[in-house]
Amino acid sequence: MITRILSPLCLVLTAVLLVSPLMAADRNSMTIGLQLEPPHLDPTSAAAGAIDQVLYANVFEGLTRFARDGSIIPGLAKSWVISPDGAVYTFTLNENVRFHDGSVMDASDVKFSLDRARAEGSTNAQKALFAGITSVEATDSQTVRITLDEANGQFLFNMAWGDAVIVAEESIGAIRTKPVGTGPFIMERWQKGDRIILSRNPDYWGEPARLDQVTFRFIADPNAAYAAIMAGDIDAFPGYPAPETLPGFESDPRFRVIAGSTEGETILAINNQAGPLADQRVRAAIAHAIDRSALIDGAMFGYGVPIGTHFAPHHPDYLDLTQLSAYAPDKAKNLLAEAGYANGFETTLKLPPPSYARRGGEIIQAQLAQVGITARIETLEWAQWLEQVFRGKDYGLTIVSHTEPYDIGIYARPDYYFQYDSPAFRDLIKTLSATNDPARRRDLVQSAQRMIAEDNVNAFLFQLPQINVINAGVMGMWENAPTQATDMTAVYWQD
Amino acid sequence: MLIYALRKAGLLLLSLTLSSLVIFALIEVIPGDPAQFMLGIGAEEDSLAALRQELGLDQPAPQRYLAWIGGMLLGDFGLSYTYRIPVLDVVMERLAVSLPLAGLAMAMVLVAAPVIAIIAAWRHGSTADHVVGGMTQIGIAVPNFWLAILLIHLFALGLGWFPAGGFSGWHNGSGAGLRALFLPALALAIPQIAILARIMREELIRAADQDYFRTARAKGLGPLEALLRHALRNALLPVLTIAGMQFSFLLAGAIIVENVFALPGLGRLVFQAIAQRDLIMVESVVMLLVFAVVVVSFLVELAYGLADPRVRTGVRPPRVRKGP
Repeated sequence: MITRILSPLCLVLTAVLLVSPLMAADRNSMTIGLQLEPPHLDPTSAAAGAIDQVLYANVFEGLTRFARDGSIIPGLAKSWVISPDGAVYTFTLNENVRFHDGSVMDASDVKFSLDRARAEGSTNAQKALFAGITSVEATDSQTVRITLDEANGQFLFNMAWGDAVIVAEESIGAIRTKPVGTGPFIMERWQKGDRIILSRNPDYWGEPARLDQVTFRFIADPNAAYAAIMAGDIDAFPGYPAPETLPGFESDPRFRVIAGSTEGETILAINNQAGPLADQRVRAAIAHAIDRSALIDGAMFGYGVPIGTHFAPHHPDYLDLTQLSAYAPDKAKNLLAEAGYANGFETTLKLPPPSYARRGGEIIQAQLAQVGITARIETLEWAQWLEQVFRGKDYGLTIVSHTEPYDIGIYARPDYYFQYDSPAFRDLIKTLSATNDPARRRDLVQSAQRMIAEDNVNAFLFQLPQINVINAGVMGMWENAPTQATDMTAVYWQD
Repeated sequence: MLIYALRKAGLLLLSLTLSSLVIFALIEVIPGDPAQFMLGIGAEEDSLAALRQELGLDQPAPQRYLAWIGGMLLGDFGLSYTYRIPVLDVVMERLAVSLPLAGLAMAMVLVAAPVIAIIAAWRHGSTADHVVGGMTQIGIAVPNFWLAILLIHLFALGLGWFPAGGFSGWHNGSGAGLRALFLPALALAIPQIAILARIMREELIRAADQDYFRTARAKGLGPLEALLRHALRNALLPVLTIAGMQFSFLLAGAIIVENVFALPGLGRLVFQAIAQRDLIMVESVVMLLVFAVVVVSFLVELAYGLADPRVRTGVRPPRVRKGP
């Protein structure tokens, strides 16, 4: 009886083991691990960075694009002319560009894409990028003239975003599941919940991709991510989610661990209108109470560059202002006493799900307690955080990473969730966006960095690192993440 | 029997209606605006309003409830907020992973649990029985996510027999599919094997205490043969109930195991949908799971009624139990 039951089980087991294929190293394809799966595949109607991580530069392209060092280089537009007053941009498009369905990409597609994004009621998640556009004209098939309501020194930068890629009217209806772009890779198959497969576009207008096939696999669980890399199921994992397991990869010659930088300024955001926090001295006290290096060691396993303002340290215009808010608990206590809170006060510390916030929150809570500030931790999901903190402004402190590139302009919005209301800063940003001259822009943006640091709008913590675990044979991956993208164009296997 | 079945069917409908109300109400009170979640912190007010209208979120709650229920009765579960394709399509895709996973785990349970229980009951009181007792105790106590990680480390990283997770679809052949599901099914099955084996062992030992068993032994049957031919059949009845409950548990309770193995199943879908505020998806999937659980227990009760006349008439003769 027992053997009668057991023998089919043994059979199944044997069968299962027999079919296990020998792992053959395929040098023309690669599997990339990502933590988050895109909800759908339309980069022009969602905030989800996961969409760009799969599609940006691979499937979709814009007029301009981010290069791996964060600079803006030509994309579908091969050149442009800016009018002397800075308000009219005339783009010349590359020739022989085709969408993946074979149709020609020309000026009318550019007009369609930009008009669609800026239309009344468009669901573009970054509509502000297109706010200044008053008209888009296709003057001939290869030329587009864009008129702005005023000079905008950031316009080329805006057009490089994933939210501004060029799409075709013919294929827009199915873009959420079958994206049709102009890029070096064609979307092949989406096994929902598991993987997206891209294949090389043989008719690409520019330098063709080196790999025949790229598979993106979505693994949310840190343990599963670790196991998948160790087992060789995954060749590279940009944005690896489990820093605590990195020593295992660092000591293993099969892998390389690369800590790159992102555009994510991680801040302890302060509600500038909430009780004691409205007092600049109190905010300065909070900043001086925080020991950034202890925070980076404790919450980030040592990865992350300290910042003293809301600007990316790898940007050429960055100003190192960390000394303005150096760790000085005694100074923090004096500042609190001066502001009338010698016995401290109580506030909330609302934490969204990422580990930098949850782990960092506990360390900051302890550091604030050292100077007498009691921060009550509340953990929130993203949807709750958006509702309570971001929209409701119902918080004292929160920790969040602002991942949009060059986003210091959010401090010019008095209704933004940290509610910093400074007319001087607003003027500064207004001048900045109307300026095209690089040297002048540099001066202006550095004054802006200094102003928010001196006003202690928020406590600036560190630049969020992008930790990449990569098979030693994989070459050409981006090390930094100037935008949320996994550009596979130049990636190849070393022989 | 017909009246019994009808009464049960009425109860089934009532519990489904009540669950749908509870599910909808619970989802309503979850904080978080799906439109804001989808468009993020850079979204303009008019974009948010346009998206809310597109999703039907500008309608009042009772109207949305009726539309949801009405649609479901006609087989239309609505459009997923995040994926923007019919909920039913997504669910069907996920069931192609979750059903085989639950089925494989259930098969493991139904094969392993009786074998273990029979050995333990046969050698009742022996070292083997104590070992089984200890092992099943551990099996029940160990959380299955930990078990899952352990299995991955042993069989995927150490021995390399199985992939460390993921599921590339059935189109690569059923062999590759089964291989991907083997470890997760095992992680799901072990705690259930432990539960079922313990219960079955108890039932077998109790049956072995009855008169008919002693008669069978007196006729000259060996202990194992008597156990298999006489006690097993009687011990199967409670096992049926437990196994029915276990199947719905395996289907619905795989959330954590599916996450650890990065499997695109129903459990992970619910998990993602809650985090992404894909409310219609959560409502519909939870409702489907409720439906599955209620229907399975309905079928089990019917089977029970068929097997045991005392159940369907509601009359229970006084239980005759001899002293030890």
